[in-house]
Amino acid sequence: MIHAILKAAQALLVPVAGVIAMVILLPLLAGYILLVKRKIIADQPDQRDQPDRPLAPPASAQRLLQPFEDVWALALQPDTLPRHADKLLFWFAPMLAAAIALLACSAIPFGPAFPMADLNVGLLFILAVASLGIYAILLGGPSANNHDSLDALRSAARYLSYGMVAALALASALMLAGSLSLRQIVQAQYDQGTWFILYAPVGFFAYLAASIVQVRHPSGDPGSGAGFLRALGILAEYANMIVFAGLATTLFFGGWLRPFARFHDHFLSTPVEMLDALPALLFLALAFYGASAAPQQRSKAHKIAIGSGAGLCVLLAAVMAASLFAAPGVMAAVHGAFWFLAKALACLYGFVWLRFTFPLYRFDRLMRVAWQFLIPLTLANLIGVGVAIVLREQLGVNPFFPSLVMTVATAGVAAWLWGGRNERGARESASPAADGGW
Amino acid sequence: MPAPYIPLLIFALLSAAFPFVALAVVRRMRAGMDSAEATFHADESEIAPKLPPRAEYSGRFYLVAVMFVIFDVATIFLFPWAVKFSELGVYGLLTMLLFLGVLIAGYFWLYRVGALDWT
Repeated sequence: MIHAILKAAQALLVPVAGVIAMVILLPLLAGYILLVKRKIIADQPDQRDQPDRPLAPPASAQRLLQPFEDVWALALQPDTLPRHADKLLFWFAPMLAAAIALLACSAIPFGPAFPMADLNVGLLFILAVASLGIYAILLGGPSANNHDSLDALRSAARYLSYGMVAALALASALMLAGSLSLRQIVQAQYDQGTWFILYAPVGFFAYLAASIVQVRHPSGDPGSGAGFLRALGILAEYANMIVFAGLATTLFFGGWLRPFARFHDHFLSTPVEMLDALPALLFLALAFYGASAAPQQRSKAHKIAIGSGAGLCVLLAAVMAASLFAAPGVMAAVHGAFWFLAKALACLYGFVWLRFTFPLYRFDRLMRVAWQFLIPLTLANLIGVGVAIVLREQLGVNPFFPSLVMTVATAGVAAWLWGGRNERGARESASPAADGGW
Repeated sequence: MPAPYIPLLIFALLSAAFPFVALAVVRRMRAGMDSAEATFHADESEIAPKLPPRAEYSGRFYLVAVMFVIFDVATIFLFPWAVKFSELGVYGLLTMLLFLGVLIAGYFWLYRVGALDWT
């Protein structure tokens, strides 16, 4: 009896530890996304008028402690409440948003060792949980009892329309993978010997566009409150960005697979997989950079911070190198996590850069782009990917050739749709009645 | 219960608890401070709005909702089809073209009557 309980506890130990680590690490990651966002905005020639001030341009290594300062400042700020607000719902909505966003992150496989990767409907679970976010929007907006109600309705319409675009875009990767389990999706990319972005680039583009619009911009919303509630809102939105990065990595960029994962199959004569040494070398280079930058810092605290960062990199390099000689399972887990995080963070950076460099369309135009451009485009993409798969399997030609042809065809459809959209837009703006500002 | 769902359940409980724990921590941090809740006019700028907050909404929001339901149900049908696509082969492609054809015909009708225009 006791033995059985102990065994069950042991089996649960790893998942529970992983879960607790993620609940702690995700807010930290969100803080660093905020830092990167502010850096990106500060790099722009015309720093738009942002409620959270952009960083002064020389954002050096000493800014690495900034997220802690941000959290501290937000936590100590008094909460604001619009005068006629429904207090319960006004507080409940951001808390709901944060809880939902954290839960959506939970099923992302940050490596082959993550237990959640085995969920047989993993992708469906993430999409379902993420779509619950609409409740937070629709509860939060009207609860303020001010003009945020209309804003919430617009956000909801945006969220629904682009959520559908995202689902249709992901379906094209599903057709290639043939499974909803995230582990199977990654495995399919290994078996087919390529990342799915090469087979369904239009699907990835549509998913990226849809995710950019779906993520709200809480720090810019006047109704997003201050202090604790605003911190929760920021956390929720940045967790949604992490969900995007995780799903894009899993479905389109080969998940935790190393680039050129099947190199060894083609060059059997190579004694070791040379590419597996890459993570360790990368961390060593980072450590070297940190060690050379540390003495040039201004204050002693910064020197210590940068120096210990370099030390951490040495440690990580040692872990990466040591895992090469460990059991194959350990090696796959450690290196898989490294590659997944590397790809996901690259996706995340690209996403944040795009989101905060280019201004978003006005609401009515956003809706027009969704319904007149992206939805027909994703449908055409589904058909294109389907035809490519059938051609590949029936005729047995080189798999890239039909994909290339169908991608060009889909791009033609995109150009045709976009041209029609612009014509119509030009006609409307020529007529005096068109202001579209509802 | 399948094994992968147990950590998921733990995760659901922890994520639900997270905002409340964070709230408790923040309250504790602010304990010694003057933390009276600030109350503002509706738009936080202390300028009273001229219109009531619950003004008329455009009927297009209902249109979006209805179209969303139609297209989303179609998406739900597409997901299992997409998962089994490789096994269905040409038959799967043709039947789905039929299904999408009906949807696309409806889409063109919506386009014609101007339901997809937002002005």
